[in-house]
Amino acid sequence: MNLKEKLISSFLAFEDYLEDDSPIHDLRNTAIKNFEVKGFPTKKDEAWKYTSLNSLLKEDLSVFPKQESAIDFKDVKKYFLHEIDTYKIVFVDGIYSSFLSSTTHEGMDICLLSAALSKDKYKPIIENYFNKVVKEDSLTSLNTAFAKEGAYIFIPKNKEVEKPVEIINFYTGSEAALMLQPRNLIIVGENAHIQIIERHQSLSTNAVLTNAVTELFCEKRSMVDYYKIQNDLPEASLIDNTYIKQERDSVCSLHTFSFGGKLTRNNLNFYQWGEHCNSILKGITILEEKQHVDHNTLVHHIAPNCESHQDYKGIFDDSSTGVFNGKILVEREAQKLDAFQQNNNILISDKATINSKPQLEIFADDVKCSHGCTIGQLDEDALFYLRSRGIGQKEARALLMYAFANNVLESVKIPELKKRINRLIARKIGVSLGFDL
Amino acid sequence: MLDIKNLHAGVEDKDILKGINFHVNPGEVHAIMGPNGSGKSTFASIIAGKEDFEVTKGEILLDGQDIIDMAPEERAHKGIFLSFQYPVEIPGVTVTNFIKTAINETRKAKGLKDMPAGEMLKMIKEKADLLEIDRKFLSRSLNEGFSGGEKKRNEIFQLAMLEPKLAILDETDSGLDIDALKIVANGVNKLRNPKNAVVLITHYQRLLDYIVPDFVHVLMDGKIVKSGTKELAYELEEKGYDWIKEEVKA
Repeated sequence: MNLKEKLISSFLAFEDYLEDDSPIHDLRNTAIKNFEVKGFPTKKDEAWKYTSLNSLLKEDLSVFPKQESAIDFKDVKKYFLHEIDTYKIVFVDGIYSSFLSSTTHEGMDICLLSAALSKDKYKPIIENYFNKVVKEDSLTSLNTAFAKEGAYIFIPKNKEVEKPVEIINFYTGSEAALMLQPRNLIIVGENAHIQIIERHQSLSTNAVLTNAVTELFCEKRSMVDYYKIQNDLPEASLIDNTYIKQERDSVCSLHTFSFGGKLTRNNLNFYQWGEHCNSILKGITILEEKQHVDHNTLVHHIAPNCESHQDYKGIFDDSSTGVFNGKILVEREAQKLDAFQQNNNILISDKATINSKPQLEIFADDVKCSHGCTIGQLDEDALFYLRSRGIGQKEARALLMYAFANNVLESVKIPELKKRINRLIARKIGVSLGFDL
Repeated sequence: MLDIKNLHAGVEDKDILKGINFHVNPGEVHAIMGPNGSGKSTFASIIAGKEDFEVTKGEILLDGQDIIDMAPEERAHKGIFLSFQYPVEIPGVTVTNFIKTAINETRKAKGLKDMPAGEMLKMIKEKADLLEIDRKFLSRSLNEGFSGGEKKRNEIFQLAMLEPKLAILDETDSGLDIDALKIVANGVNKLRNPKNAVVLITHYQRLLDYIVPDFVHVLMDGKIVKSGTKELAYELEEKGYDWIKEEVKA
């Protein structure tokens, strides 16, 4: 039985085990049918031309973990932003860990999706928001079919969330190979502010494939800073499907730091429904060995007077491969738009590959849209300059790589996170520099 | 200190330096002048270790040790400093962080511990004052958006911080107005002592009014064709290079 068949047959058991009156019961059934028709994407699909899931799908992936595993905080402390106080929504093998989490219902909800799906008082919100901004593609449908757990965040009007929220998914390796379908629903009310950090972390060398879906609703004048840390073990793969709907005057920034994992695919979709929205998409990708990261972004400009800024930097060593496929779609009504997209890449090794493909579809006539893409090596003159000052070759290269990535880091608004990312970059590049990064 | 014997070098099949002999003692200031394309900058880059050029013949001895096979950073650790004609812009690295890294990497190579932060700060302050550099300038990205004059002043600031044995200043005067030139020259003069030496590469005699050389050499077509004292520089300023070409031919 291949994975698709396994998933479809597992779904029947899954639905049986859930309560029938779930508000998303019908959605799940529609979604599994959609997945059954569409199947997993292949390289024949234009959007998947440079990323193949074949080798991942051949693994004998378990669809449900058989046992619950507990982990000690001290063993995983380093994966949290432990220097500061945060809200935490933590899952172990897809199951909520109350022990590791720190949630709240005081004046806002920072908790679990399973709770929101099962309690009556959340029903209107689920009906209004759940599955409302997603694409009907096969992987999103697959996640919808199996959606039962993830983060649920509801921030009411005018609320400034005083500390960041961490959403962390741990995998213990309790199964030889596991597939997970976490589902996050985040609603940030009018004029509310929030900072969110999301990471997926494997704790063993057993294979894991995560197919995550996040829906984020940014209401009028809200401000959202979202950070995704992708620094997983070489056996872990992630397909991240994130959908963001922005209402007027909202500002949403999303940073993706891709330093690890086997295969990472980021399907990041922004929809600007109101005027004067600002969407900021930034990424640093540093890969080695046979790692693969695919950034597939869409910014859909629907309303006038909006802005979007995309800035993705990639450093590729060994036989690593990267993809940047950035689409900006401008509707006829989206006049006076200012959209900017940049993708710069450095190939360290002769065997590394990057496929960079900007896609601009513009139906409005009074817009400013620019894009740029570079693929190059480290600047030899700059290397000589640094070395002539006594900085060794390895350190000089590191300094240049750091400098290359640095302007993406400047917009990280949580100082402790910035330090953490700096350290990750230094470690990834393999040096300790003579100053505090 | 520096002893260069019959140095031939070039790129691929093109010879640029065609047998240079050049000798510098501690405490001396040498000026190398010459028309465009005579090989002056190549000569400076080769001493600093630029790998784009291949040395085909000859020796470069620093304190008796051949440095031809040494990496640029090793030469820097031994006390060679090149002030670049065109300093490279490196966005994302501040002047301060860059100089700290350079100093501590050099100390590490000598088996020393990092310079204590307080000491480093004091030194940065002192040297910045010497070159009349605004403190704000130090937290800017290295050379990014600097004017020509700021870049050159930043080079001399690095020279002051690293205190090399042999400083080679490649066209440091170009892009400087007269006030900046005086500040830079004053900085270089204050750093001079009986143990170090300076090699000035320049088109113009102007700089030599402020940093007075002990010897002036004319580099032409990859060779030093004439050497003399500072009076030679005045003669070149007045008469140009043609008379030397004639002399060489004859």
